[in-house]
Amino acid sequence: MNPFETLRFAALGLAANKVRSGLTMLGILIGVAAVILLLAVGNGSSQAVKDSIDALGTNALTVSSGAGFGAQSTATSTKPLTVADARALADPSQAPDIKGVAPEVQTSQTALYQGTSHTVSSVIGTYPAYFEASNSKVTLGDYFSADDVLASRKVAVIGSTTAADLFGTASPIGKKIVLGGTPLTVVGELATKGSGTGFNDPDDVVIAPLPTVQNAYTGFGSLSQILVEATSADTTTQAQNEITTVLMGTHGITDPTAVDFRVGSQTTLLSTRSSTTQTFTVLLGAVAAISLLVGGIGITNIMLVTVTERTREIGIRKAIGAPKGVILSQFLAESTLLSLAGAGLGVVTALVGAHFTIAGIKPVVIPASVWGAFGIAVAIGLFFGSYPASRAASLRPIEALRHE
Amino acid sequence: MTLTPGPLSGATSDGRGPAPVIAARRLVKTYGMGDAVVHALAGVDLTVEVGDYVAIMGSSGSGKSTLMNILGCLDVPTTGRYLLDGIDVGGLDERQLSLVRNRKIGFIFQSFNLVPRTTAVAQVELPLAYAGVKAAERRRRAMAALTMVGLADRAEHKPNELSGGQQQRVAVARALVTSPAMLLADEPTGNLDSHSTKEVLGIVDRLNASGRTVVLITHEDEVAHHAKRVIRLVDGLIVSDVRQAPVAGPPPALEAAAAGPAHGELTQGGVR
Repeated sequence: MNPFETLRFAALGLAANKVRSGLTMLGILIGVAAVILLLAVGNGSSQAVKDSIDALGTNALTVSSGAGFGAQSTATSTKPLTVADARALADPSQAPDIKGVAPEVQTSQTALYQGTSHTVSSVIGTYPAYFEASNSKVTLGDYFSADDVLASRKVAVIGSTTAADLFGTASPIGKKIVLGGTPLTVVGELATKGSGTGFNDPDDVVIAPLPTVQNAYTGFGSLSQILVEATSADTTTQAQNEITTVLMGTHGITDPTAVDFRVGSQTTLLSTRSSTTQTFTVLLGAVAAISLLVGGIGITNIMLVTVTERTREIGIRKAIGAPKGVILSQFLAESTLLSLAGAGLGVVTALVGAHFTIAGIKPVVIPASVWGAFGIAVAIGLFFGSYPASRAASLRPIEALRHE
Repeated sequence: MTLTPGPLSGATSDGRGPAPVIAARRLVKTYGMGDAVVHALAGVDLTVEVGDYVAIMGSSGSGKSTLMNILGCLDVPTTGRYLLDGIDVGGLDERQLSLVRNRKIGFIFQSFNLVPRTTAVAQVELPLAYAGVKAAERRRRAMAALTMVGLADRAEHKPNELSGGQQQRVAVARALVTSPAMLLADEPTGNLDSHSTKEVLGIVDRLNASGRTVVLITHEDEVAHHAKRVIRLVDGLIVSDVRQAPVAGPPPALEAAAAGPAHGELTQGGVR
């Protein structure tokens, strides 16, 4: 009996009871598909988090005023953040791990262009360093320059949502919009960042030179926040410490527990989120693994029924000279074939299913999970099939033949 | 693996011709223990020569099925020695026993015992497949065996598409396809009508005429008339052993047919 013969016998055995074989296969199919798909969903959501980290700029730190939520600070009074603070941070001798500093003021204004009105949710006044720190890139036109800031020119770079609402498909470059009564010339349009992690659309934005915005809207008071870019993702912690030291100096604070500002990094916020999604992925995987196991038990069950039902046939085969090994391998081949076919169809189902968005998440299939689930399913077939198969093989021919 | 003859297989060494197909000494088979012990076989001595056609008769409970199971290597005797075609079966493990069944014995059962949902030709190929014969050779020999039993045109039919007589003929083809040392038939006509009985026994007669050793278990005198030798079992013991025709000649039924050519049914002949 060569392996091909064994497989042929196994296939015939399975074909003899198509509904039963089909249902058993379905158990494995669901198990495998669930493992691959649920892991893909988990992976997809953590991928989405990772993407939004990248979109926000991995090196970016934000310095904002106030004692923070933590209430760890015992500061009694709060000094606002000023441009002077930003300048101090930009001093490379004091803060060697800081690459760029962009002071920011934020407001919200209504923009008008040729009768079209649009409320811009965030109007940001800042320095050109902002673009790099916040990972904002222009697709059309150009950034405004340091020169524009010094001369407080009335220029602006707008987000893609803002551009679409005001200009439709036409190019906004060189056009004049009226923002809160002040005319601004659009010099650039930002690339779409996509729906971020917050509630605000990050593409509904107008970015203009800091003095321009202060002059027109907010006045020359305090800053909303300071955006700091560390030299690399690895130096964000050092940069954070340097910011604390420098600002304690400029604000005249000696007690590190009584600071009146907080330094937040996007990364820390989002790494919390990604660890949450990781837990989520593990949980999904565990549920799927259980369903795979149940599928395996289904194989054992069906194979036991099959062996009982075919006891007489086994007796006949033994009487005409089938050795133990042949019977064993025939039943093992049947259960393995069941799990192999089930797993194969499960993989196909999962790969097809991964093309659809599930619960708002685009699944990203992990190749290892495909091989893993497939391999485990086949191993389950072998493992759970071995008990019924050995039972069949050790039947005594005389008793098997008497079986009705 | 090859089966080497045991020490008692004195083929032609004593100058009395080939070793007997069956040489059984004091076969005892008991079931149960203590007071409830039942002697299914109480010490059976049996020798069957090559080419013989033996009918073992007995009422139900006489131990003939037990004897058949032991002779067919499906069961082992409690005590006693059994040499099949010169091989001491007692010392073989399960794997070797299955090989012996495959090579030395062709089974024909009362209830046909065909593998369900399998075509006739595949049934007949099965013992060859277990013996490791190549597919093309297998098909050729299976078709030859089916032709011999007159079922070449039913090769692709499954058991549920065949009549009882046809099923039993497929079983006969399956039994003889490996050219076994003996055909072991357990009430082969017990489930057949008279016409099918005649057909099947005719085939068995022709096989014996061509030299195949046949051991047939039955309780019908009609069937026993076909044999060259009739053995009667009562309570696990042989009570009579009657020879109806010489080992060397054709079986009595064929001889009668040849003498009085009223029946033209057995003209197909040539079995090898």
